[in-house]
Amino acid sequence: MSAEGATARDPRILVFSTTGISDPGIDLAGSAHMNYPPGVTVIGIPCSSGVRPDWLVHAIEKGFDGVFVAADGGDCALVPDCTARTAWAMERAQQMLSERGMDPRRLKMGAICSVCAEPFVNHMKQFGDTLRKL
Amino acid sequence: MSAQKIGVFTCHCGGNISDYVDVQKVCDAAAGTEGCALAKTFLFACSDSSQEEMMEAIRTHQLDGVVIASCSPKLHLETFRVMAHRAGLNPHMYTQVNIREQCSWAHRHDMPKASEKAVRLVRAGIARASLSRPLENIRVETLPAVLVIGAGPAGMRAALALSDLGLTVYVVERAAEVGGRIRALGKLFPSGRPGREIVARLRDQIAGRDNIVVYTNAELVEKSGSAGRFAVKVRAGQETISLKVGAIIAATGFAPYAPQPEEFGFGLPAVVTLPEFNELLTTSRECLRVNGRDVRTIAYVYCVGSRQSEGNQYCSRYCCTAAVHAAIQAHEIDPELNQFHLYRDMRAYGRNELIYEEARQKGSLFLRYDGGEPPTVEREGDGLLVRVRDELSGGDSIEIPADLVVLVTGMVATSNQRLLDVLKLPLSAGGFFNEIHPKLRPVETVIDGVFIAGAAQAPKNLAESVASSMAAAANCSAMLLKGHLDRAPLVAKVSAETCVWCGECVKVCPYAGAIVEVERDGKQVADVVPELCKGCGACAAVCPSAAIELEGYTNAQVTAMIDALAAEVVS
Ligand SMILES: Cc1cc2nc3c(=O)[nH]c(=O)nc-3n(C[C@H](O)[C@H](O)[C@H](O)COP(=O)(O)OP(=O)(O)OC[C@H]3O[C@@H](n4cnc5c(N)ncnc54)[C@H](O)[C@@H]3O)c2cc1C
Repeated sequence: MSAEGATARDPRILVFSTTGISDPGIDLAGSAHMNYPPGVTVIGIPCSSGVRPDWLVHAIEKGFDGVFVAADGGDCALVPDCTARTAWAMERAQQMLSERGMDPRRLKMGAICSVCAEPFVNHMKQFGDTLRKL
Repeated sequence: MSAQKIGVFTCHCGGNISDYVDVQKVCDAAAGTEGCALAKTFLFACSDSSQEEMMEAIRTHQLDGVVIASCSPKLHLETFRVMAHRAGLNPHMYTQVNIREQCSWAHRHDMPKASEKAVRLVRAGIARASLSRPLENIRVETLPAVLVIGAGPAGMRAALALSDLGLTVYVVERAAEVGGRIRALGKLFPSGRPGREIVARLRDQIAGRDNIVVYTNAELVEKSGSAGRFAVKVRAGQETISLKVGAIIAATGFAPYAPQPEEFGFGLPAVVTLPEFNELLTTSRECLRVNGRDVRTIAYVYCVGSRQSEGNQYCSRYCCTAAVHAAIQAHEIDPELNQFHLYRDMRAYGRNELIYEEARQKGSLFLRYDGGEPPTVEREGDGLLVRVRDELSGGDSIEIPADLVVLVTGMVATSNQRLLDVLKLPLSAGGFFNEIHPKLRPVETVIDGVFIAGAAQAPKNLAESVASSMAAAANCSAMLLKGHLDRAPLVAKVSAETCVWCGECVKVCPYAGAIVEVERDGKQVADVVPELCKGCGACAAVCPSAAIELEGYTNAQVTAMIDALAAEVVS
């Protein structure tokens, strides 16, 4: 990412992340000064399986270019199979987007563990690239 | 009830935030946001003087909500909740906004954009705070008693520690006798004290305590309730005993790996496992005899049942040292023995290195094999022939005629399906009990109030098993000696008006009994049992009528946060 990385075209990405597992990973990216675009903002929730499909759709309708749901990938202390459940919510939300004539690729999910600083930054970069092309 | 007069405090964090974020701009934007009654900046919000000033502001301006934009909630959420509480505000009317780890430090290349983002984050925080309601922590009175499952060294030692602290302990042991795997073992590393002696000593100590009850031939068959107040049923022989305890420690240990038929010659006469060899050592004087033959040469094959490419991928930790320790004992019985150790990597770590060194000095020879090309064991004449390609001598093929082959077997998880059905503990890939966090919360499990100890968690030697059992005992007593337990009340709640009792929430709820059916105003609706709900939100995500939602993360709050984060920041 270039030092001038943030251009007007930088996609705005809303991230739902879990306060127990993914947030520490995202915090770590900041602590390690791994710059990522400031168009990325995070809302913390206890478990990714608690994300309501209509929240994701609402975010897109409100002007976010994409929504990324950071799942715990098996580390979740609350729901052991939350990744599968989150995947269900993603599918449901993607379906709702399609029905409303929007591109389902605006929604993405990925595993971010408590030390996943680099994967997070990479995800944001790749997802940003995808969104730029839509 | 929601917050109308919110104080918004933005922190410079020295320069950690203000070097990359225009803190004054954030403060000004907050001041202009609906709901904000007071906006200030602080050089260090967490300092004592800043906290005093904030408490003063809460009192004088009669603030009913507070937002602090500073570092990660991991650092100071609790600090500022306590500050709010001291100022007379309900701690759940406090919202922390992370503009350091997730803003200033992550966007150092673009101060204007970072500042804009900070403004949006703070506005989202205000939106959330303005929809927060005062909540009371869920207080649970705790019972001063602990159930310890498994009376191996880990369970016995935990029972004694808990008894020392004044807690009542019930120990449930599946076998007829206490002592676990070391009961049958002879001399143990590092001290050389026999396992049965250690067990006898622990058993006598326990017998002398009037606050420890031991049930043998017993199993846990039922568990209900939650952390601090469990009701359990134990079947001991023909009897079923009901007990009430505040916490549970699962110290059910391991099982020795049982080799497959023909694995490294297993099944041939004079091919034995490490536990079998250990027994031979305890019963031998002056020379070792197997199947009526004197043993002149022993070959040890290491990593049997451990570090497999498929199956048990882990290292069993105890076995390298146990094997070299056994070789020293064999040498002491018969100094003329030839001993060959076929190993992959020697993991006699820490001071165990000295035991390895002693075995070498006593004449044990070490040959290193590659995991991809393991040694073979065959019958030859009356004896055995072991073939190995030794990496240390440049890959030479070496044949060792042996009288005895010892398979240095690792540890596997005990088969404990019935217990798992009762406790619902998650397992690691190897089948052992899983902790919440291997580094930070090593003996806690996802089930509050249920702790794990000893080799039930992963392969461990005796010292490691006992250390973890002490940690589990300390965790139990930290929880129970206070007499009560406070939990953040961020659990699900139901709007009886909107709920139509479709049952979707119950289907997805991972916690048995957390959602129940009740009657309200003549109709059936869902209700949440706060003590059993963990606040994952799985129910809220699937509720078709949005009647069930998570306190602190309600639909209104999340939607308002999304709106605030999406809104343009006009500079
Ligand atoms: C051959 C061999 C040699 C060893 N040598 C050494 C050595 O020299 N030095 C050393 O430090 N370590 C040694 N070890 C390792 C040592 O045995 C373990 O570290 C130790 O036994 C672990 O203690 P524990 O209490 O966790 O488990 P265990 O000793 O396995 O005890 C677990 C207990 O739980 C009981 N249990 C299981 N399931 C249930 C249930 N559902 N309900 C009720 N009870 C249940 C079992 O019956 C058992 O009594 C050796 C191990 C082996 C196999």
